[in-house]
Amino acid sequence: MSIELINISKTYNGSDFILSDISVKIETGEFFAIVGPSGCGKSTLLRMIAGLIPISNGQLKIDGKDVTNLPPQERALTMVFQNYALFPFLNVKDNVAFGLKARKMANSEINTRVNHALELVNLTDFIDRKPGELSGGQRQRVALARAIASDAKICLMDEPLSNLDAQLRNKMRSEIRELQQKLGLTLIYVTHDQVEAMTMADRIMVLNDAQTQQIDSASNIYDTPSNTFVASFFGTPQMNLIPITLKENNQLSAIEISLKFSIIKSLKAGNYLIGVRPNALSIDLESNETNAVVTNIEYLGTHSIVHAQLDNSQEIRIETSSKRNLSVDERISVSVTGSHYVFSEDGQKLLNTNGGYTDGNSSKEPQLQYSI
Amino acid sequence: MTQYKKREKIQRVFHYSLLVILTIFIIIPFLLGFWTSLLPTADISKGALWSSHISLDNYVTAITQTPIIRYLFNSLLISLLTMFAQIIFCSMSAYSFVFLKFKGRDMLFYVFLATMMLPFEAEVIPNFTTVRDLGLLNHYAVMIIPFLTSAFGTFMLRQAFLQIPAELKEAGDIEGLSHWQYYYKVVMPYSRISVYTLAAYSFLSSWNQYLWPMLTTFSDNFRPVQDGLRQLQSQETFNNWGMIQASAAIIIIPTLIALFFGQHYFKSGLNEGAIK
Repeated sequence: MSIELINISKTYNGSDFILSDISVKIETGEFFAIVGPSGCGKSTLLRMIAGLIPISNGQLKIDGKDVTNLPPQERALTMVFQNYALFPFLNVKDNVAFGLKARKMANSEINTRVNHALELVNLTDFIDRKPGELSGGQRQRVALARAIASDAKICLMDEPLSNLDAQLRNKMRSEIRELQQKLGLTLIYVTHDQVEAMTMADRIMVLNDAQTQQIDSASNIYDTPSNTFVASFFGTPQMNLIPITLKENNQLSAIEISLKFSIIKSLKAGNYLIGVRPNALSIDLESNETNAVVTNIEYLGTHSIVHAQLDNSQEIRIETSSKRNLSVDERISVSVTGSHYVFSEDGQKLLNTNGGYTDGNSSKEPQLQYSI
Repeated sequence: MTQYKKREKIQRVFHYSLLVILTIFIIIPFLLGFWTSLLPTADISKGALWSSHISLDNYVTAITQTPIIRYLFNSLLISLLTMFAQIIFCSMSAYSFVFLKFKGRDMLFYVFLATMMLPFEAEVIPNFTTVRDLGLLNHYAVMIIPFLTSAFGTFMLRQAFLQIPAELKEAGDIEGLSHWQYYYKVVMPYSRISVYTLAAYSFLSSWNQYLWPMLTTFSDNFRPVQDGLRQLQSQETFNNWGMIQASAAIIIIPTLIALFFGQHYFKSGLNEGAIK
């Protein structure tokens, strides 16, 4: 079942929009993630799709049918909540069967569906337990089973894993993905965790400030973020954003010898933001021409994250796999070795990318070297 | 270390001695009452605490020669009806104060709550004229109808319903539960502890009513136990204290039973697992 959002907005007082002009078409069988920081309206959007909150403006279509004003039960969907929303006075079986009984389904049909759903989430042994006697992961699996048992082909999930510990979250992530594939569900998954969104979803919608920032696949979002918000939201550690000033066309103001960037397209005079991911920077230990001071080092086993301050007092993060131990206050030479991005001054627009993958064609345009 | 342990020990001894003393003070009147119910009245009048005629005779007399059984039946009927009515009406009004959105809801609730501030004694005279004009005097109805609902019960259940996580309502909405279905399939079972507590509370307060039935009942056919007990005392010129004690012992039995069963539900933790 496909879901289409057409210019959907939400406002409680008529003037302050919590969400404005959200449009997207979610295809049948797609795993669609909505991701954004807390308070960006992602849960509100999900509840509007579910029909729990009325839509202020715009249209919602499921399978081409306008459902904007239909009550939740007529939209044929299920929902899994962050805090499970199980009925504590019912055992696992009755929890899963709850919705089916409410829909007055035949008993034999209910039994088959419940058993099938519990089998899929490996909870057959816990059928008579109360939710209070289950662990967090098992409770969330009961909630999943409840969604599976219903014949709805659309499932909405509101941060279903954020109450679980890190290890369990990883496991459940792949379980949910597998189930979605197996059952052919159209799944809308709300999360604030960019890793969850990137690892699970076919497409991701990034929400911030009541607006859609970008809708694309994980790799496209990572490779060509449409603005600085998306760029810094995806990827750990965060992308470095370095402000630069071009005085005249292609002339830099800062004279200090520091980072060197190559930019493929010529740019007008003005202020820009350069985005460089920490893994696109490297530390040259041999060079004598140093341009930064180490301020902190996070050792993470396979690699370290070095926090450093450039000579123009810009803070940057560098990911390095170097085995040599750096020390705080040591002077280092930092250079750009990977792809980087040029954003407009307000961070709203991506103007230019220069990644390793464009190197082959880069000869077509003049390579300009900028330094700050 | 040992000094610390020693001090802890002294403290504990002190706590327990205090508790034991309090227990003795509280329980002695009960034991004394129960004990005298086993003694012949002649011995009680003499002020003796020991008698050679320990027997259940007083109980037999109370049951066979006074309308105590009728009183018990009256009280049981009145209390049960009041209890069920209060559970139904209080839970329904509490539900509307929590889950229905209508204009002036909170204002209405505060007005509702304000009636709790009014002491019952202040309502007695207007209520009496009302029930007299309705022709309800000396009937079960007069002891039930004014107590069909209670502001306290609504308040208590509203607080309980507010604890129900909002996601359960959303889950119910997605399954298409109507308000009525959500009320009896989710809200009532979820808040059963509070409902049982209200049941015990309303049963006991109805059972222990004294002033109102005294004013509104004139015959043994409708009189509840608490007033019946008073009746036993003044009916005869000679007070059969042994029998009165036996009757008193009989009428606290339902209270004890209610507390005994109620206690089982008052433990916490039965609602674990709805949410994290």
